[in-house]
Amino acid sequence: MAGLDSNQSKPLWLLAELTYRCPLQCPYCSNPVEIAKYNDELATGDWLRVMQQARKMGATQLGFSGGEPLVRRDLEELITEARRLGYYTNLITSGVGMDEARVKAFKEAGLDHIQISFQASNEELNNYLGGTRSFQHKRDMARVVKELEYPMVLNIVLHRKNVDQIRDILDMTVALNADYVELASTQYYGWSRVNIDQLLPTRAQLTEAEKVAREYQEKMKGKMKIIYVIPDYFENRPKACMNGWGSIFLTIAPDGSALPCHAAAQLPGLEFPNVKDHGIEQIWNDSVAFNKFRGFDWMQEPCRSCPEKEKDFGGCRCQAYMLTGDATNADPVCDKSFHHQQLHDNVDRIGKLSGTTEFESKPLLFRNMKNSKALM
Amino acid sequence: MTSDIPEIAPTFRFQWEEAQDCYVILYPEGMVKLSQSAGEIMKRCDGEKDTSEIISELKTTFPGVDLETDVRNFLENARNNGWIRFKSK
Repeated sequence: MAGLDSNQSKPLWLLAELTYRCPLQCPYCSNPVEIAKYNDELATGDWLRVMQQARKMGATQLGFSGGEPLVRRDLEELITEARRLGYYTNLITSGVGMDEARVKAFKEAGLDHIQISFQASNEELNNYLGGTRSFQHKRDMARVVKELEYPMVLNIVLHRKNVDQIRDILDMTVALNADYVELASTQYYGWSRVNIDQLLPTRAQLTEAEKVAREYQEKMKGKMKIIYVIPDYFENRPKACMNGWGSIFLTIAPDGSALPCHAAAQLPGLEFPNVKDHGIEQIWNDSVAFNKFRGFDWMQEPCRSCPEKEKDFGGCRCQAYMLTGDATNADPVCDKSFHHQQLHDNVDRIGKLSGTTEFESKPLLFRNMKNSKALM
Repeated sequence: MTSDIPEIAPTFRFQWEEAQDCYVILYPEGMVKLSQSAGEIMKRCDGEKDTSEIISELKTTFPGVDLETDVRNFLENARNNGWIRFKSK
């Protein structure tokens, strides 16, 4: 599938980032740090057109995401049209801005699945990380979601400050009857990159977390599916990021820019086409940006001659750019990368920071419009 | 009490997918493409017919094929995957 020509690939996965507005302020948010720049959100009609065009090309999974998608008052209308078009519709939410009436309205509109994020397994840390008093409300909403027979995914982003709670987190997800649990290790782009010193877990933490995750996977077999992925800074081979550039994923940012992944906006020298100017078919098949890293011709060594290139496509383009300054380099997670040692050294450096007073008292930079403006 | 009448579980969706040219099972952020025979069985899991009725209907549609064991095995697997459930009475 991945790495094939545009005429053979299809945007099976449409991620609609409806807005970057969000009542939460998680310091590991994967949104760009430039969120304050995105004032001009697409109108309802634009989204309806995007959904129709992508569906025609074979898109099947549709994620309503953000920011917090519940902020959009036209969400019910978008869900109704998505379902009519035959999409499997996923709502990816913090649960803040949700109430029982709205969850029912979504059901009637045809929403298939709700994913609720938790920041931690206790009120104090959850509310601190989210910058909002939201813990009790999230739990209430999770119960409503299950009462209405939705499949429910609970998503918890793991990092240094909550990974030691993994057992409590999993107990909480069991108590809430989750169908799936995503223990998502923080990916270090966007806000988490700014906060990496505070967020990157230590090797000792990860060893313990993995043990607990495997224990619960075994224990909950057939009842609850637990997805746990080792953070890739600790791996020797990169992920097949997005299953290859322009292969199956299509993200539309709140302003209408079309991206092969939700972190791609940071890549320099690429002009991402906007759905206000172009149709999805043209964007997917013909745009320079979507063709940029398709196939293998763009690769440098060690990827170019690597027998594994068809498996991982050289890893993540954004990570290659962030860590080496050149998006055509191998993802430094790979131990064949000329920059792997540098990444390794940085992980070790951060590992040694933990526990020191100076480090522990350093504040996290929370994701909000004020901090975004300051960073731009 | 559970019956012998299979139906699609509420946490999964089953539909014909034109772009894939096959029936698919959809679930949160995922999709399974079904073979032609699996699709023919699944589309009969409508919460009305019991397993024997599904088998005899398939025998009429595909005469001369000994499919009983295959159908029963497939339904067992589908249940283990959570795609179908046997309706409670």
